[in-house]
Amino acid sequence: MKNPIKKHTNDVILESATTFITFIIFLFAVYLFFAGHYTPGGGFVGGLVTASALVLILLAFDIKTLRQILPVDYKQMTAIGMLISVLTASGALLFNKPFFTHAHDYFNLPLFGKTSLHTAMLFDLGVYLVVVGVTMTIIQTIGESD
Amino acid sequence: MEIIMAIAAGILTMCAVYLILSKSVLRIIIGTGLLSHAAHLLVMTMGGLKTGAAPVLKDGVTQYTDPLPQALVLTAIVISFGVTAFFLVLAYRAYQELGTDNLEEMKGTDTHD
Amino acid sequence: MINLPLLPLLIPLITGVILMLFPNRLHLQQTFSLASTFLTIVAAGYLVYSVRQDGILTVTLGSWPAPFGITLVSDMLSALLVLTTSLLVFFVVWYSMYYLSDLHQRFYYYIAVQFLLVGVNGAFTTGDIFNMFVFFEVFLISSYVLIVLGGKPAQLRESLKYLLINVISSALFVMTVAFLYGVIGSLSMADISQKITEINQPGILSVIAVLFLIVFGLKGAIFPLYFWLPGSYQVPPTPVLALFGALLTKVGVYGILRTYSLFFSHQQEFTHQILGWLALATIVIGVIGALATRDVKQILIYNIIVAVGVILYGVSVMTRQSLEGAVFYLIHDMLIKAALFLLIGVMIGIAGSSRLKDMGGMIKDYPLLGWTYFIAALSLAGIPPLSGFIGKLLIVRGGFEAGDLVGPFVVLISSLLVLYSVMQIFIRGFWGTPKTYSGPKRHLMKQLLAPALILVGITVLYGIGTEAVRPFISQAVDPLVDPSIYIQAVLKED
Repeated sequence: MKNPIKKHTNDVILESATTFITFIIFLFAVYLFFAGHYTPGGGFVGGLVTASALVLILLAFDIKTLRQILPVDYKQMTAIGMLISVLTASGALLFNKPFFTHAHDYFNLPLFGKTSLHTAMLFDLGVYLVVVGVTMTIIQTIGESD
Repeated sequence: MEIIMAIAAGILTMCAVYLILSKSVLRIIIGTGLLSHAAHLLVMTMGGLKTGAAPVLKDGVTQYTDPLPQALVLTAIVISFGVTAFFLVLAYRAYQELGTDNLEEMKGTDTHD
Repeated sequence: MINLPLLPLLIPLITGVILMLFPNRLHLQQTFSLASTFLTIVAAGYLVYSVRQDGILTVTLGSWPAPFGITLVSDMLSALLVLTTSLLVFFVVWYSMYYLSDLHQRFYYYIAVQFLLVGVNGAFTTGDIFNMFVFFEVFLISSYVLIVLGGKPAQLRESLKYLLINVISSALFVMTVAFLYGVIGSLSMADISQKITEINQPGILSVIAVLFLIVFGLKGAIFPLYFWLPGSYQVPPTPVLALFGALLTKVGVYGILRTYSLFFSHQQEFTHQILGWLALATIVIGVIGALATRDVKQILIYNIIVAVGVILYGVSVMTRQSLEGAVFYLIHDMLIKAALFLLIGVMIGIAGSSRLKDMGGMIKDYPLLGWTYFIAALSLAGIPPLSGFIGKLLIVRGGFEAGDLVGPFVVLISSLLVLYSVMQIFIRGFWGTPKTYSGPKRHLMKQLLAPALILVGITVLYGIGTEAVRPFISQAVDPLVDPSIYIQAVLKED
């Protein structure tokens, strides 16, 4: 099934807007990811927002352009994300604590000042990668066959 | 407020059942989406609706919202998101292979291979 | 090692994730899955041993204390089921290495099997009703991947139905949990069991009980809700069918067993009577289906339904003896169904078709296959001293003891008819005039037969070693008869 409408339609505005809007969305995703530490946000939302940025590129250009910009295998990304999450959670096993028990402490970092670091953050990083990976895999699977 | 939410969940279920009973696969998928929305709304409602309180439980705090239903709904939403996506991909594949999205027309081909 | 109940979940989970990193290196995938599944068996075996020594083990995830956080609870019942599940998956993985074509195996097969193992083991182990829903979804999503394996048109069509049924039942599951949470205000199964006696709202509790029956009944294929099963289970390849037939319906049965013994034990005259009648109807329908068909796959598929009915009848009687029978029969049926499906998989591989009219006289060329099947078939029907016997005996005796005459009678008659239906396969497939076969898997006979043979051997041992197994089963039934054991182990109160 070939798409009868050829790609080169008049979407200059969308294409040029995408080039910079994408970065804003990315930044917002990063903000959401870190905000999830103590306020609403987190890996899941951050991942979805990142995926939406990628989908925007996909809509404005096409799947080949996206592959050139970001040459990653999203299935591998999902696997790596899950691995990070599961291993973070199983870290507690080493200390003979129940699975998922997290550790946190306050550190004085340069530039940031007093910051709380949390192993839950690593778990969230895994969630972030899984969400981006899964969403993009689904969209590519449906999109590719057009 | 609870009454309104309960009625909303009921209406969503009603629409979902109507859509699921149709023959087109795409409508059925939208129906299942609505059905899970109804279920999520129900979880929220059953957990008790309160406004203006934070979801904490601490000594001395008397006004708090139950955080559990929100956690449950979030989990359930993620799951139904995944399942719906899989359903869509499967329906698309079935449409390509069988050449129809009508459940009636799919019937009666090689059941026993 | 306080995380022991978690290991049978964690090992397959990590394996599944690692396997995702190299989906195309087939040989590595096979070796790795086999090795890790073996490790899971060892972990599950050690778990059974520890539970036998120390009683019920619990893990509070994230160190959140029991009624608030998610607790994983390994009592003897769940430990035994986890062990059985891990064993089955090991043999099915072994079998699939030879049975499935390379193309099928590359299609995320081993990954899906590992996640299925996570989901099923998790559903058996969890002590939190919402967490059970999550684990149900984990194994359901894996089963969606497995059922479309191969992507034939008939498979796609049946998977659409399978998916729809399960999506609806999942939505119902969430709604049921919502109602339960609205009434009780807790999700920990032990906590619910404790509080459900105090609230005294029999009306709404009956509604919730029936909703749970519908939710788990849809997965477990009980009488009015079994309609999707014969069609959906017909289409996937035989190893997948063995997994589904042995595990998925049994998780539904386990759900009913757990909720009906922990939550709804106070109003038995209503809820358990419904369950009893539905179980008997399930047996009748299953037997009719098994007798009516001339397709080896279909005969066994309808026998799944019969077994679900028998186990649930034992559950509905709810005496110590009948529950012991039900647990005995549950484990027996998981083992024997998997073995039988693997065996008929070999038959289908030889004949190239699953219809009985395309088979005949196989005993001449494949005597070992024939006699193994014969033993497995006798065991399924419950001929002493094989493993189906003791479970059925206890269920029937429990039924009589409770003053029910119809139920035990139906169970006994069904045994005879089940024997007749599986002997059909033996008589028409193995006896009769030999045919020349050109099925695709003739030359792989030995490799395919080995796992099936060992599995049948295990069921024979399970039957003969009844005396050795009995204390374990007895310990498994304790918390079902007296929920306070379970509650105390989880909430640690006195």
